[in-house]
Order: sequence, then C-alpha cells, then structure tokens
Amino acid sequence: MVLSFTDRGIYCAQGDFYIDPWRPVARALITHGHADHARPGMGSYLCTHAAAPVIRHRLGDINLESVEFGEVREISSARVSFYPAGHVPGSAQIRVEVGGEVWVASGDYKVVDDGLSEPFEPVKCHAFITECTFGLPVFNWTPEEQLRRDLNDWWSKNAALGRPSIIGAYSLGKAQRLLTAVNFSTGPILTHGAVENTNEVFRAQGYALPDTIRVTPELKGRDFPTALIIAPPSALGSAWARRFPGASTAFASGWMAMRGVRRRRAVDRGFVMSDHADWAGLNTAIAETEAERIFVTHGYTSVFRNWLEEQGYDAAIVETEFDGETLESKNPSEEPA
Amino acid sequence: MKRFAALFTKTDQTTKTLPKVAALKSYFETAPEADRLWCIALFSGRRPKRTLTSAYLRAWAAEQAGIPLWLFEEAYPVVGDLAETIALILPPPGRKSDHSLSHWIHLIKELAGLEETARKAAILDAWDQLDTTERFLFNKLLTGGFRVGVSQKLMTRALAQATGQDEPVITHKLMGNWAPETTNYAELIEADDPTADLSRPYPFYLAYQLDVPPEELGPPDDWQAEWKWDGIRGQLIVRGSEHHLWSRGEDLMTDRFPELSQARDFLPDGTVLDGEVLAFADGAPLPFSALQKRIGRKTVPKKLLLEAPVVLQAYDLLEFEGEDWRPRPMAERRAKLETLIAPLPNEVPLLLPAKITFKSWKTLAQIREASRDHHAEGLMLKRLDSPYLAGRKKGDWWKWKVDPLVIDAVMIYAQAGHGRRANLFTDFTFAVWNGNELVPFTKAYSGLTDKEFQEITTWVRKHTKQRFGPVRQVTPHHVFEIAFEGIQASSRHKSGVAVRFPRMRRWRKDKPLAEANTLADLMQMLETYG
Repeated sequence: MVLSFTDRGIYCAQGDFYIDPWRPVARALITHGHADHARPGMGSYLCTHAAAPVIRHRLGDINLESVEFGEVREISSARVSFYPAGHVPGSAQIRVEVGGEVWVASGDYKVVDDGLSEPFEPVKCHAFITECTFGLPVFNWTPEEQLRRDLNDWWSKNAALGRPSIIGAYSLGKAQRLLTAVNFSTGPILTHGAVENTNEVFRAQGYALPDTIRVTPELKGRDFPTALIIAPPSALGSAWARRFPGASTAFASGWMAMRGVRRRRAVDRGFVMSDHADWAGLNTAIAETEAERIFVTHGYTSVFRNWLEEQGYDAAIVETEFDGETLESKNPSEEPA
Repeated sequence: MKRFAALFTKTDQTTKTLPKVAALKSYFETAPEADRLWCIALFSGRRPKRTLTSAYLRAWAAEQAGIPLWLFEEAYPVVGDLAETIALILPPPGRKSDHSLSHWIHLIKELAGLEETARKAAILDAWDQLDTTERFLFNKLLTGGFRVGVSQKLMTRALAQATGQDEPVITHKLMGNWAPETTNYAELIEADDPTADLSRPYPFYLAYQLDVPPEELGPPDDWQAEWKWDGIRGQLIVRGSEHHLWSRGEDLMTDRFPELSQARDFLPDGTVLDGEVLAFADGAPLPFSALQKRIGRKTVPKKLLLEAPVVLQAYDLLEFEGEDWRPRPMAERRAKLETLIAPLPNEVPLLLPAKITFKSWKTLAQIREASRDHHAEGLMLKRLDSPYLAGRKKGDWWKWKVDPLVIDAVMIYAQAGHGRRANLFTDFTFAVWNGNELVPFTKAYSGLTDKEFQEITTWVRKHTKQRFGPVRQVTPHHVFEIAFEGIQASSRHKSGVAVRFPRMRRWRKDKPLAEANTLADLMQMLETYG
C-alpha cells in the first residue's frame, strides 16, 4: 500500500506525510483550500504555487511550501507530484509513487473546463482515490454553454426590470467561476466581503477576473438596480441581503438538479453548477486513470462502489471527513456578520 | 407541451402566489381550449387513467440510460419522485417537437389498447422528443399524482381572472364529478348554470384554529358552540330523488355509506346538508379506527355495517327546496335544520348535534376541557349571523381544539423523506421505555423546522447503527415531545396502542434519554382517554 487510510487522514508511510488530514500532523500535502481539505494546525504544508495564496489567506501564518504542477518532490522514498483537478483555481490531485507503484489522491475534482481553473488532467495510476459527491446517474450537468446562457438570461431580464440579481455561491471557486461565466457588460457586479477577499487573492496571482464592487456597510442597494450580487450561501435571506429589496434570488450548486432541493431552498432560480464531477464525469475520469483499484471517499459511496465493482474494478469505500458539495458555506468566516 | 412546460417552470421557480397566478392566467388566455380544460382538470385532481405500471417505466428508463435496474432503484429514493428520476436519468433527446398537452394525454390513453412492444415504442419515442422538464411532466401524467406546487385554489383564482367571473362561481363550477373526457371548456366554464349537474356540491367552508383568547371574539351571545367531532366531513345532497355524499377532498363517498340512502325518504328534494360522518353506536361515537375500516371500502360487507354503523351529524343547511341558503345567517339555517332533522325517527342516521349552551367564555372553556369525555376533539365556534362561506376563511367560524396529548419519546429509527424533503431524514420512529427496553409506539414526520431537519439529518448520518433498506437504526439519544390527538388500544402495534395525528412538537435537547416517558405512562393515558 502506497497510501493507507487512518483516523487522521490519507497517509503515506514511506514518506511519512498525510494528504488533506483532518487532525494535526507533522507534514501535510494539501489538494486545495476548501476548509474540509486545508485545516489549521499542521506542522508543515505542501501545495501548488497556484493554491498557496488562498491557503495562506485562510490559515494565516503557516509553514507552507509550494511546487509547480508536474514538479516532482522526493520525500524519503516517495516521489510526489501535483496535477490539476479542475475543482477550483489551484486545486490539485496528488500523485504518489513508491517503488514504481503509483497512487493518486484526487481530492475534489470536476472534468468540465470552467474557463478559470486549470483543467482536470487524467493521471495514469494503479490506485485512484476518488470522491463521489454526485455518484448517482441522476446527476448530469447542464452543458457549460447552456449554463452561461441561462445565467446571463436571468441577469439581463432582471436588469431590464430594474431588479437586482443575487446569487449564492461558495466564496472560493464557485464565485470566481460565476464571474468568468457572466457577461459583465450587463451591469455592475457586487460582491460580499468573503467573496471579494478571495477575489483579491486570485487577482494578485494573475487570474483574470472582471471588476467587482465590494458591498460595504455604507453601500446603498437602491443605487444598483441592475447589479449582479455574488454572496456566500448563508448570506442569502439574511439581513445582509435585505439591502437589495425586490432582488431575484438564485443559487448555484449541483444539488439544484433536484427539484425537491431547489424548492426547499426557496430561491427564484437554481442553476445546476457544480465544482464536482457529475455521473459521466466520474466514470470518465476513473476510466482514464486506467487504475484497477478504486477507493471511493465522500458522497454516495456504497452505491458507487457497487457500480464500480460491477464494471470490473476492485473498489472499496474509505471513510473520510470530507464534505463534498453542501448547500451551506464551508468556511465559518463566510458567515455574515 | 412547450407552453405547458413553460407554465410549470414559471410556477415552480417561485414560492410567491402572485407570479403563479399571473402565469396560470396567461396560460388560460392563450392555450387552446382542449389544453385549458386539461390544465383545469390536472390542477383539480383529475388525471388520465394510468395505462402503464411504473415497473415498465423504470425498466425502460434504466435500459435507455444504460444502467442496471438496481442502480435506478438506488437513485429513486434520493430524488424522491419517480417521474423526476426518469427525467433526470434519460440520455438527452434525439430530436425536438412541440405537440399540445392534449396530444400527449391522448397518446397516454391510447396505450391502454396496445401490446407491450407497441407501448414501449410509444414511450421511448415520446422521451426522445421531450426535454427534461417536458419529460418530467409527461412522466407525471403517466404515473399519476399530479401534484406540482399549484393548488386548486390558485388555479381557480387565475381562471376567475382570465374569464372575468367571480372566484366562488368558478369554484362551484369546478366541484363535482365532471371529467375532461365528457365535457368541454365552454360547457364547464362559460355556461351559466352551475346546478345543471344535480350531484354538484357546494364548496366547503373551513375553519381555522382559534389563535386568540375567545374573549376577543366579542359577546358570547353572538356565537353558537358545537362539539368538534373526529370523523369525515361530508356534504349530503338530495336532489331529483337521488342522493350524493361528497368528502371535503371532493371524493364521492355515496356507495361507501349506504346507510345514508335513507335520506332520500326523509328529506325533501333540493336539500343539501353539511356535517360529519361518524361511526356511531348506542348514542355515542365509536373510535376513529371503526370509521377507518369503512373508509377504504367501496362496497361494505353486512358484518361491517353492523359493527361500525355510520351517521351524519348534520350541522348546517346549505340548500333548501332547491334554493341556495348559504347567504342566510347561521341562526336561520340552524333553525330550519332543526325542523328537518328533529322529527325524524330514531333509526334514520341523520342526527342534529347538540347545541352547547354557555353564558360566558369562561364556562365554555370549562366545557371544552371535557371534550375528550364526549369523544370530541374540542369545540366549533360559529357566529350566529354568519353566512356559509367558501374555503378556509377567518372570522366567523373557529376550531377550538383541546390541547393535544403529549409524550416524551426516544427516536430509534430514521428514514429519508420524499420530494421536497428528499435528501433529509424526516420520517422517524419513536419509542418509550419499558424497563431497559425501548418499545416503538409511533412514527412522526412533521413538526420540525427545515433547519432542525437539517441538523437531525447530519446527526443521523453520523450515528447510524444499522441499515434495513432505506430505514436506519440510530443510537438512542434524542428525545422529542410527541403530540397526538387521541389514543386507542391496538393489537397491531407492539406497544399495544395506536395514536392519532402524531407529530413532533418539540426537540427536547434539554431532556436526558433516561427521562423519556414509559410504556406505563402510555397505558395510563389509554386508561384515561382511550
């Protein structure tokens, strides 16, 4: 076993390091900056150059080192390298090779090119550790072109009526993906502080994002009747959002594929936009690794494992403390004040 | 189908009433008449007869999606709706079309006369030309149960606006046993005489639970009080020497309660009564479970007729000598009702509910406390000068129910909900202590907020001990206050009791597991109230 599964996280004995551990360890390799993958309290951190600024921003003064995508690091007898996971800007799959045997821990991933994140790169391996947040055949994402049309159509119709459009999305990843997807000539784009803080980090790194206006306590919602407002999920329906009276509300998440979830969320529109792979995406990604052993972590694990077994893989379920895509904010700092 | 799908999408994308009504109104103004009629039918609980079992649909959908049937069956409970599961799972359509709603309903009806291979071909052909929303609606038509967030009330309001008629007039026109196959839009909606159909009932007047102290209702002299029975609301119509019994859900129940046919011999033609159907023997109501045995049966065996005979407690008169009496004051309607019912021989199953006399609200409050002794759920308060209104209205009629019975019980099993609550655990089994053992005594599904359901769902996922299909056994830890309306002995339940209308009233996070109620407490309750 190149990697094993412990109560602290995914562990490599030969290199004595953990991947995305959920308890404090001496050495942590981090796939991306979401709070369930990058946690405080590790002795040292290793991630990609692209993911480092956000992780620093979120975890503060940590002992962090970073590498290029594809650059090989020797950690004792383990050879370690990072490949794009397409999940959010900077996110990586981690390839670990020991004595010719290759394992890949993919963290969270999606195979659709969102125009901003480094596109997912299949990595050939013997064993592949995959999430399956949306590992059921009912999850089939709206094609990216259609999704962009629907979004822009919603915004421009609201703008024509002088009605602001407010959309809930994670502040790391989904928010910037929305910024990339919308036609910014429709009107001003306003952002919640949690979103804008992440935007600033990304802009400083050189990711191309359109101009945005930070929503500050002094800002008057009435002055922006044609605006698109991007805020973390928890801000929707809160006092924060009430500064935009009459706004049309929307939510961007893979869960919006299900009518029941959409209705419970009680927003005007649900856009099926996920940072995770859909059914076809998971199956393609797994096939392209040419791995024989598959470990499924968070999501519809038991069903997905059975399906993979039926397809001839040697598949097993691994219990982790990763969340996948939830309908709430992942980072406590995103909670509106 | 595009127009109907657009209507659905508009109504589904909002929780607000105004845009829903506006979308429906615009549909009624622009859709072809045949589609309008079907739209009215669908949103008033009428749908094409099922011509296919869902087993075929599941198998064909799985086959089209290239997945094994077991995987389809795993996905279905997650989505919570068969029509939606199929719509989501199918590969994208191969072509486009835009046939009318009536076209697809006609196609569904035609399936009845086809061989299996021809049915399959027709369904696959339909799926191949409909987009996801259209497929969902088409599947809904196939699988029955067309509940998609548009109430009959909203549809009626929109139809009234689109046709320039009053809402109560439309409501009345849509009552009764019409079917889209045997009428047309002009006859149903545009024709003037709603009583053309002798069986057509009046819309029921429904009361709200009293939410203020009764003193705020004004002088007690302005009000009449009756027991609130726990039976089935029924409207008994005697017209043209025929009789019809309607439920509040607009089900025709005439044949289920043959006792009431005697009404034809004892009530004048052109009489309509509103009342409560109760199982009743020796001058007192039987438990609801006795009536329950009668509800499901279209024909009633003699034995059951003897065991659980029914009566109608008639508390209102809606029509007399063919004239609509609803605008007249309650007191006048009641007085006339008394002249009709009081003289009837004892064996006629039409009863006049006792008028409860009271001088002050305080006396009435005391009387109400004794409701359970009278096999009643509480009191009904009706303003003496009130007309008989249509639908649920505040002001003139109030339910004043007694406080529910409550037991603190331990959650031991959890199951995911359906539809709107598909990815939440919402269906729970609760138990009480019997020594060191927890004995299940009821299930409950409602009463928590969405936030609490979310919280308990996260907890259930982490504390599942064992799975039995969709049911999860969880660590006994959480105590809930379960409220219910009545309790009866039951040999079908391990606990020996069955409770009525159980729901979660409070999550007792403050209560340690050991302090939940015991089976002995339940037995005590059964003794007192059973």
